[in-house]
Amino acid sequence: MMKYSYYPGCTLKTKAQELEKYALDSAKVLGIELEEQADWQCCGAVYPLATDEMATKLSAVRSLAAAQQKGEKLVTLCAACHHVIKRVNEDMRSNENVRQKVNNYLELSEDYQGQGEVLHYLEVIRDEVGFDKLAQQVKNPLTGRKIGAYYGCLLLRPSKVMQFDDPENPSILEDFIHALGATPVRYPYRTECCGGYLAVNKNNPVSEMTKNIIESAVKQAAEEIVTACPLCKYNLETSKTEIKSKVSVHYFTELLAEALGVK
Amino acid sequence: MREKIVPTKQKQVLEQILEISGEHIQDCIQCAKCSAGCPATSNMDILPHQVIRLLQCGQIEKIAASQTIWNCASCFTCAARCPREIDLAKLMEAVRLTLIRCSGNSYLKTASVPEKLDGKMPQQAIVSGFRKYSK
Amino acid sequence: MHKIGVFVCWCGTNIAGTVNIDEVVKAAAEIPGVVAAQNYQYMCSEVGQKLVKSTIKEQSLDRVVIASCSPRMHEATFRKTAQAAGLNPFLVEIANIREQCSWVHKNKEEGTKKAIALVRAAVAKAAGNTELIPGEIGVEHRALVIGGGIAGIQTALDIADAGYEVDIIEKTPSIGGKMSQIDKTFPTLDCSACILTPKMVDASTHPNITLYTYSEVEKVSGYVGNFEVTMNQKARSVNMEKCSGCGICSSKCPSRTTKSEFDEGLRNRGAIYTPFPQAVPNVPVIDREHCLKFQSGKCGVCEKICPAGAIDYTQEDTKITKKYGAIVVATGYDIISLDKFGEYQYGSHPDVITSLEFERLTNAAGPTGGKFVRPSDHKKPKKVVFVQCVGSRDKSERGKSYCSKICCMYTAKHAMLLGDKYPDIESYVFYIDVRTPGKNFDEFYRRAVEEYGVHYIKGMVGKIFPEGDKLLVHGVDALTGETIKIDADLVVLAAATQAKPDAEALGRKLGISTDMNNFFTEAHPKLRPVETHSAGIYLAGACQGPKDIPETVAQASAAAAKAIVLLSKDKLVNNPCVSEVNENLCSGCLECTHICPYDAISAKELEMNDHGKITKRTVAHVNEALCQGCGGCTVTCRPGALDLKGFTNRQILAEVDAICQ
Repeated sequence: MMKYSYYPGCTLKTKAQELEKYALDSAKVLGIELEEQADWQCCGAVYPLATDEMATKLSAVRSLAAAQQKGEKLVTLCAACHHVIKRVNEDMRSNENVRQKVNNYLELSEDYQGQGEVLHYLEVIRDEVGFDKLAQQVKNPLTGRKIGAYYGCLLLRPSKVMQFDDPENPSILEDFIHALGATPVRYPYRTECCGGYLAVNKNNPVSEMTKNIIESAVKQAAEEIVTACPLCKYNLETSKTEIKSKVSVHYFTELLAEALGVK
Repeated sequence: MREKIVPTKQKQVLEQILEISGEHIQDCIQCAKCSAGCPATSNMDILPHQVIRLLQCGQIEKIAASQTIWNCASCFTCAARCPREIDLAKLMEAVRLTLIRCSGNSYLKTASVPEKLDGKMPQQAIVSGFRKYSK
Repeated sequence: MHKIGVFVCWCGTNIAGTVNIDEVVKAAAEIPGVVAAQNYQYMCSEVGQKLVKSTIKEQSLDRVVIASCSPRMHEATFRKTAQAAGLNPFLVEIANIREQCSWVHKNKEEGTKKAIALVRAAVAKAAGNTELIPGEIGVEHRALVIGGGIAGIQTALDIADAGYEVDIIEKTPSIGGKMSQIDKTFPTLDCSACILTPKMVDASTHPNITLYTYSEVEKVSGYVGNFEVTMNQKARSVNMEKCSGCGICSSKCPSRTTKSEFDEGLRNRGAIYTPFPQAVPNVPVIDREHCLKFQSGKCGVCEKICPAGAIDYTQEDTKITKKYGAIVVATGYDIISLDKFGEYQYGSHPDVITSLEFERLTNAAGPTGGKFVRPSDHKKPKKVVFVQCVGSRDKSERGKSYCSKICCMYTAKHAMLLGDKYPDIESYVFYIDVRTPGKNFDEFYRRAVEEYGVHYIKGMVGKIFPEGDKLLVHGVDALTGETIKIDADLVVLAAATQAKPDAEALGRKLGISTDMNNFFTEAHPKLRPVETHSAGIYLAGACQGPKDIPETVAQASAAAAKAIVLLSKDKLVNNPCVSEVNENLCSGCLECTHICPYDAISAKELEMNDHGKITKRTVAHVNEALCQGCGGCTVTCRPGALDLKGFTNRQILAEVDAICQ
């Protein structure tokens, strides 16, 4: 049994409950123990890009430090949370100014230096379980299903910090889909942005951006799209493009649970 | 007609933007790769590379009046491919913050949020929206 | 008491701008032993040198201190000046008050203080200088050229024509280099093969030139005029004497899975192969890694069918050691890998190619016989997009920060070649800046725009989206501020140039330096562009920095001229600033022999007669011809038996004392 500290994030407790439920159910099958952190707080949803923002990094550091204290790696599920926490961790590791100010503010029992490791659930499966092992555990292979991976932005960029996969030609989700017995469909727009938080903006370009993505996937004959981000899923699902009826959008964990026979 | 490349009255604002972003805009050679790869340009009246050029010229008012900074989705595609290692997403953020931080300048007003909710919109979107568009 | 003269140079405002010359002169005049202190605007000029000479004579100076630029710049100049005035040149000392003082300081007061301290130190050291007489060393009248591309070929031909023996060592099976892969050359559009292949033949038939192909430099020792180079000639597995070059072996080789290096992977070659039909020597090699005979023991087809009986599986690598007076490095360049530029789809889509692949695709001897077709479906493209600066001027980890220099011109060339062959093809060029400095270069580029109607678009390509049988190129017109989508059939990427991956390792063997981009460093960017900091080793071509063919050929002839100057001498003057051993003090521990990077120190047995009893004692011995005067041994020597002439321990300590005064 591999044990990890687990950071869920706000959306997984409300609008994206399936993302979490299927992840936790499948983790049990895979021998992964995800222990939810006791006092996690909202990560803030977006990484603070301004050099003078410190308070917005605190919640991420609290979780990082708590995992570190337990000597466990910190696992995330939501792409946005993963992005924020991983980048803040990098700041704590390499930016002395941030490290000093955040530690001064938090007054933890021991200063946090950014030495902890943050893993996305997909990385846990790829690097700690292994896709070949995953394939062996599959009970209901998703044979014949044509699934397009939608990566979005937050897991991939900036690649120097995220170190998730090749930022222009990633393969982790396709390998994952392949391990579940389905047919991965590669399409050119799989790493293009869906518009993200622009959805709350007036006169936003989200509908055009999602249209490009969905059309691109459908042209390559994808019947389903998988993602790891609640906001990507929302934007793709609410897209007004007519062609949308040809594809369904799922969390990657839903497919996982289905293939492992726990859905 | 401009008499100075950076008008004196804009110098302070520009310096603030550069400080908040931590970026070096003089590295930009106007290759426009940021604009070429930006997925959100359909709603931008000024292209991303032009934002940097306008910053180089201290033309903050033109950027402030444009739709561009509000339609940047912080997808980091520009920064990922910039041959000069400029993080344009950080510059966009710095301009937004410089405008929003002046009182009453929030771009996303709290009162306008409920009408956007459709029962499915994830928290993530609303929190992000407030963080990006409001003081 | 010595009679020391101090000469302070202004170097225009270079020194005088940050150092108060008058104060330095005044302070120098007060140092004991200094009998003359002068200053002049440019001491290295004729007038300045005259001033030094006349003062030496008039004041009967026996030591001279020049306070000026780095000794690297003008030590030799002022030594000659002193010699002309009848003084031993090694009695001259340089105080570097430019690079080590005025250029690194802003405050004039502090700069002046430091300049005075440096002059004081130089005077103290000068007082300890002794007359040194250089010895003479012989010169091996043979040159080695490393690299058999156009740079190496031109260098070798020029040296050989001057009457000296030259060896070319080339890593691949044939000479010819990058130029042999190129179809046409700019700005004249003449055929590359037509001007290169005769030169390749000249090189192979020249009585003074010996080719060592499929060979690499393994070890270099020695020094200017007397290098000793060991090379490894890889087993060709083909007897060069017997082979007639008929090519049957290559055509019948059953192993066809290896990508042809010469055709940039656009077609496969056999495991036994000649890189290209015009190869010199026209003798194939067996690539043992891909040969069935070598890998599994089965096969042996080539041996069976070779009419000349030239195949020899038992051949082994041969080590060859030869002596050379001069070495010219002409190892060329590569283009960068495009793995990190996923947005262009190179490697994931067959119709996205590099410019070098384009050369092969338009070449009559290329994989398509010169028919310009898409690699994917062998159809003729209608729209071709060229992308410049792929990795050039790119500070990120993906690219190179410098301009690759040749891409603007070859891209214009490619677009024009297409226009000539197929006037119906539309060509688009995405660029950041078009750079065309060179004779007839801008006219060439303008012809592409004005006569051929090539669409030049200022702006980079964001991403290429393959769709159906098209490549949708998303770009931007930075001048109009519009985004652009072009449905291209083929995309050509101008990948950045880079130094050879093994340049640094070769540099270490040769004792020459590389810059931060691994290009070899010239001795002076303006005045010694083909020399390295190691005497007798010269540079030619793109191994020193990105270069086009005309520039490469010019530099190759320049390097040849420098090598010829060296080879034409019977004797060279030795540097007399070498280590010497005080045998009375030497304990024979031989620590110095381990630290010496030039293998210049060895053990020597001394016979001692101790009251009639003959005993032997080991001491260190310096080979003055090999010693480069680095001084490493002097600080290693525990009993202090080693000293460096011209830089004795006493002199160095005197300098330190003078600075700490």
